[in-house]
Amino acid sequence: MTDLGTSPDEVQFRFRDDEPADHGTVTVDACCDQTNATAVRIEPGDDARALLPFLDRLAMVEVNFPTFGDGRGYSSARILREAGYTGELRAVGDVGIDQLSHMRRCGFDAFAPDKPLNVADAERAFATWDNVYQRTTDGRKTIQELRHE
Amino acid sequence: MYKYDSYDQAMVDARVDEFRDQARRRLDGSLTEDEFKPLRLMNGLYLQLHAYMLRVAIPYGTLNSVQMTALANIADKYDRGYGHFTTRQNLQYNWIKLEDAADILADLAKVEMHAIQTSGNCIRNISSDHFAGAAHDELVDPRPYAELLRQWSSFHPEFTYLPRKFKIAVIAAEKDRAAMRLHDIGIQIVEKDGEIGAAFYVGGGMGRTPMIAPLIRDFVPLDQLITYAEACLRVYNRYGRRDNKYKARIKILVHELGKEEYKRQVEEEFAHMLEQGVEPPREELERIKPFFADPAFEDGAKSVDRSDPDFALWVDRNTHRHKHDSYVSAVISLKPVGGIPGDATGDQMRLMADLAKQYSFDELRIMHTQNVVLPHVKIADLHALWTALDAAGLGAPNMDSIEDMIACPGLDYCALANARSIPLAQRISERFDASGKTGKLGELKLKISGCINACGHHHAGHIGILGVDRKGVENYQLSLGGSEAEDVSLAKITGPGFTEDGVIEAVETVTDVYLAKREGEERFLDTYRRIGMAPFKEALYD
Amino acid sequence: MKVLTGNDLKTGDVIWWTGSSWSRHVDDAADAGETADEVLATEEAARRVNVPYVIEATREADGSVRPAHIKDRVRALGPTVRPDLTLKPKDPEALDWII
Repeated sequence: MTDLGTSPDEVQFRFRDDEPADHGTVTVDACCDQTNATAVRIEPGDDARALLPFLDRLAMVEVNFPTFGDGRGYSSARILREAGYTGELRAVGDVGIDQLSHMRRCGFDAFAPDKPLNVADAERAFATWDNVYQRTTDGRKTIQELRHE
Repeated sequence: MYKYDSYDQAMVDARVDEFRDQARRRLDGSLTEDEFKPLRLMNGLYLQLHAYMLRVAIPYGTLNSVQMTALANIADKYDRGYGHFTTRQNLQYNWIKLEDAADILADLAKVEMHAIQTSGNCIRNISSDHFAGAAHDELVDPRPYAELLRQWSSFHPEFTYLPRKFKIAVIAAEKDRAAMRLHDIGIQIVEKDGEIGAAFYVGGGMGRTPMIAPLIRDFVPLDQLITYAEACLRVYNRYGRRDNKYKARIKILVHELGKEEYKRQVEEEFAHMLEQGVEPPREELERIKPFFADPAFEDGAKSVDRSDPDFALWVDRNTHRHKHDSYVSAVISLKPVGGIPGDATGDQMRLMADLAKQYSFDELRIMHTQNVVLPHVKIADLHALWTALDAAGLGAPNMDSIEDMIACPGLDYCALANARSIPLAQRISERFDASGKTGKLGELKLKISGCINACGHHHAGHIGILGVDRKGVENYQLSLGGSEAEDVSLAKITGPGFTEDGVIEAVETVTDVYLAKREGEERFLDTYRRIGMAPFKEALYD
Repeated sequence: MKVLTGNDLKTGDVIWWTGSSWSRHVDDAADAGETADEVLATEEAARRVNVPYVIEATREADGSVRPAHIKDRVRALGPTVRPDLTLKPKDPEALDWII
């Protein structure tokens, strides 16, 4: 079966220590049908919650952003992290400098942009916010929590 | 008033740096316009007919004299000496240069202001009742809740690329002065069994498909407010339509799913969200509340000397009952006869700032009707205040009259417009002022939009006018019977459109019908609701 | 005639293609004819114009250029409600040209 995912070579930024494995990436539908897939690709219209029964065996989930303006992938990412998924969560497609910090906060820990990004600009973008207002699963304390420590 | 702490300030400062970098990348060609556009829009920077336009957020419409003065100085330094107050309690500059935009944002940041999320498909500036904290009829001051929502919605990582823009209004009185049910989410702070909570109305809006938001939940406990909002937004972000820009607002989702199904999905997500601990600690609301505590009101005169009829008229028309009986809220009209609705010069802004400092505990509010409020004015100071306003051309006694119309910038400024709005507003106010009919008509809300996007709220006008393009010529549709208030309704089109001259005559005609048919103390809207469209149609087209 | 217009990237000013460069005055506009798309692509890529597009216009007997659509006439002159801020603040008849 064809691997429709990105290869580890295409990953430009990765915030994990484990070895990126080269996976046979399948669609969400295929993942639900077949019990041995370890990597899956979520398209914007897919329901990330369909994957929840299989999280234990998934090592890599990539979330496709066909256009950066389609923000459904942010919800998909958070839903997986909220459900306890700890494997690689890779943002792929039309991923630009200005989306990086929000994606990181929603749980993405690998980035494979269609167009490689300027590394200095990207590093600045990842570090944009010293503190944040919203609680996500990224483990950071919110500004409101810091205020009342 | 809310004061930034170092965290809030750091957020705004970081945003200035981020935008400066984005503008640099646009100017050096690293970003194409297609890539830059959504970024500049999220900082309120549009490209309009004549130049860039910058929309500055005025959170829940509240600002102090230092901020108003800063807005005036920016108008003088970077623009052409004026600004335009909008129906979402914001301020727009019409003549901005891209190369100056980051410097302007830096000037704003110095006075705890910004242009963050004043455009783009994200959560926009939170709007509220312009008499919040002053009105005699409110349950509590809604602004602490609006501030909580402001923080939550600023740079929300999941909700920055929504299907479409998202507007939230918060009120805390039965009387709706913020068009709450015509927002994507309208929140009313309510009391139930002695406890304060929030009623959520979701899926209202104007635009090409106007809808009144249905009640989705009548009571959300205050320590779950943000969590419930997050659930509402997640369902929208995941399932709102993205295939058609014109069907992408949440009102379409709620309409297509049905209120019950949308509610079911929200409740399911809400139950899940409650386990995620996204709600800010309860202490945060308690930290915010004292910023909005009452100033030190003093007892004083409870009535004015009415011997000057011009002053007495202004007091009758332009003041609103305050919760303290020695005070009123005073409305500064930005609708001088023949003027441009909502425009104020730098000098006028500085004067309003000075007057706020002198007479209103340093506070000003922006109304969705494009006027300015001094929320806490001693009744004893009213004459001095009015004298100063009148001398500066800011004393028009016309609140809620036909001369107090809302008008969007229209084809004079806006790239989306199909027809001009402002000239209509000018001609109608001149005409009704000259004939003396304004006073006879009483409360009559006229709202004019230059295109179907309805920034001029024409769907919610007792009389609404919509400018359209008919084969390259400006044409205007008339509608009747809308209201943005607690008696919310959507206006209905009278029939075929009119020329510019024709629609002004048509407004005259429908007001004549009202005057002939009204009973007792009926407002135009009441008469319309009683007698229906037919008599108006007959007078217009037969 | 076909006229090219857009905004200056830095200042946002409305500008018109003269055949060799960009002018703030619509009367300087040249007929771009068949070359329109090519010029737009080159000029936009070089960031000498932002969000450019082609419009229909006519050259009047006095040599002036009149865009076919009212929106572009408003762009060419300025807001009709602020004659003082238009390109012809001293010409009271300029506004009639727009309508």
